[in-house]
Amino acid sequence: MTAVHRSVVYDWLRHDKKFPHVWCPGCGLGILLGSLVRSLAQGGYDKNQVVLVSGIGCSGRLPVYVDVGSVHTTHGRALTFATGIKLAKPELKVIVVMGDGDATAIGGNHLIHAARRNLDLTAIIVNNLNYGMTGGQYSPTTPLGAKATTAPYGHSEPSFDISALTVTAGASFVARSTVYHVTQLDQMLGQAIAKKGFGVVEVLSPCHTNYGRQNRLGSQVEMMKGFKKQAVRMDRWEKLNPADREGRFAIGVLADHERPTFLETYQGAVDRAQAIRKEG
Amino acid sequence: MAAGTSKPAGRAAKANRKGQARLLQGNEAASLGALAAGCNFFAGYPITPASEITEYMSREMPVRGNPFIQMEDEIASIGACVGASLAGRKAMTATSGPGFSLMQENLGYAMIAEAPLVVVNVMRGGPSTGLPTNVAQGDVQQARWGTHGDHPAIVFCPSSVSECFELMVRAFNTAERFRTPVIFLADETVAHLREKVILPAEGDLEVIDRRRPTVPPDWYVPYKTDGSLIPRLADLGEGYRYHVTGLVHDERGFPTRRADEVEPFYARLFGKISRHFDDLMLTKEYSLDDAEIVLISYGCTARSCRAAVRLGRERGIRLGLLQLLTLWPFPRQAVEAALTGRKAALVPELNMGQISREVKRVNDGRTQVIRHSKMDGTMITPEEILGRMREVA
Repeated sequence: MTAVHRSVVYDWLRHDKKFPHVWCPGCGLGILLGSLVRSLAQGGYDKNQVVLVSGIGCSGRLPVYVDVGSVHTTHGRALTFATGIKLAKPELKVIVVMGDGDATAIGGNHLIHAARRNLDLTAIIVNNLNYGMTGGQYSPTTPLGAKATTAPYGHSEPSFDISALTVTAGASFVARSTVYHVTQLDQMLGQAIAKKGFGVVEVLSPCHTNYGRQNRLGSQVEMMKGFKKQAVRMDRWEKLNPADREGRFAIGVLADHERPTFLETYQGAVDRAQAIRKEG
Repeated sequence: MAAGTSKPAGRAAKANRKGQARLLQGNEAASLGALAAGCNFFAGYPITPASEITEYMSREMPVRGNPFIQMEDEIASIGACVGASLAGRKAMTATSGPGFSLMQENLGYAMIAEAPLVVVNVMRGGPSTGLPTNVAQGDVQQARWGTHGDHPAIVFCPSSVSECFELMVRAFNTAERFRTPVIFLADETVAHLREKVILPAEGDLEVIDRRRPTVPPDWYVPYKTDGSLIPRLADLGEGYRYHVTGLVHDERGFPTRRADEVEPFYARLFGKISRHFDDLMLTKEYSLDDAEIVLISYGCTARSCRAAVRLGRERGIRLGLLQLLTLWPFPRQAVEAALTGRKAALVPELNMGQISREVKRVNDGRTQVIRHSKMDGTMITPEEILGRMREVA
């Protein structure tokens, strides 16, 4: 098993990019990076046909380590660049990595429209409940009452449920997992990448350096144990009564359905336009 | 979706017959120019007075099997264009002031990542919502300095419908040649004007494509250049697996903060443009040889200047015009020559002096430079220019 793992890493990570990576020791992004390359290797994708796109923040630094075409874009706009890439070259697998602030605050408009449009993209949203890179300010997913460097007396706003948001906006596939549930995460990523249409995987990841420290959640190990306690499988979640859901969250596939993708419906417009023009 | 074909159909086919004269609107001519230059990706967002371009592209792109998309805002529109450009497309977006303001950050991204694309800004009255349906020339300095950080900029400005076509072809060729965004800065009057245009035959147009790598992927160093300072651009998904970032980067495309890598990065970014200033500076002269007073203008205002030159000469005032088609880099040499030996220079424009300030800067005591500003949502008339002339002369 170890040998296989080592070979996946050797095959999929860049050799000319110097490690160690930029993330804090104990950060969940390294686990996600491993999970992502495993699911790509497992899916049998051609490195030349995969493009990784990211925005700004800790998660924005992820694509640079992977030996594929990688585009590190502007804050919140990764999905717009990815849209251009996918439309320009529909044969490419375009995977977008964003953080919670990146995807749901500054890029919230792009997220809901990408889901509505159902263009064949995979959005991996790393949710660490705050802006880690800039020092732990509150984000749209910071829970009500939690501390942040811009909410020193406790956060005054309720939070977004990223998965529910993207399900409602029309994504073909939505799943939630955590960097603790690595085996499940590998599967969810694999499913989302293979899915035709807009796929979302929300990945809970600990930011012990900022969010954890300010909210006295302990070390990264303690925070990972927290994920283990709080995460409830979908089948069990549905049976829980609302009182028991307090302080917990569901993991698993939240939506998986077939909808026409943008490229399919646009091809219809192309066909009609060409037919009309031919008739003169 | 099929890859873009260069074979035009229908109306566009008619347009490409040699010597075909057509009555066109400025925005239509700009769109046709883009298609003639090989534009095969368009993303935009509706805004007056640029919507005709977006609508035109929504009709023509599907016919050619190419992508058209109306994005959720202007930020997304230019983002999609940068992505498409990196994937090998010739991309364009079109907007007006408010949208152009929103595009500034990603415009800077296109500069630093060196993604060729064309951004159309049809100027209307600003700031903010301003005068959405009126003409203005208030975005001249924004087109130069709008995105943050110091950077070079290339900005073309048409003053006729013919120039909308010609300069758009030039804008695409320049973007592709220099691997940089190019701004096509029209104004409401020129964009909505209808004039006769003689379109060149398809074969008569020079169309430049970006230089792509010829070396195998293993040898490709994405931002390493030969003497041209312009790196070769590999399309995403062609086996050249490289990194693109808005961070300052080394030759391999990886982020760097090392002073010995940062300094040459900026030097190359500026140098690739400044080395070719001569190719970029486009101006036109009207009756300049014996002119006592020179008008220096651009866009729709240059049209009034041309009429003023003609009327002035009928009345015995020796007027001449230097029309700027390139606003940035500022055509310093042509302006210096036009200023030398004149009694005075008048710079009419629909702002409070955005180009006259530049003219004064290069004047260096050659002559008296007078600003003629107007900001009431209407054009400057030839009679207004002649009236101002009498004050000068």
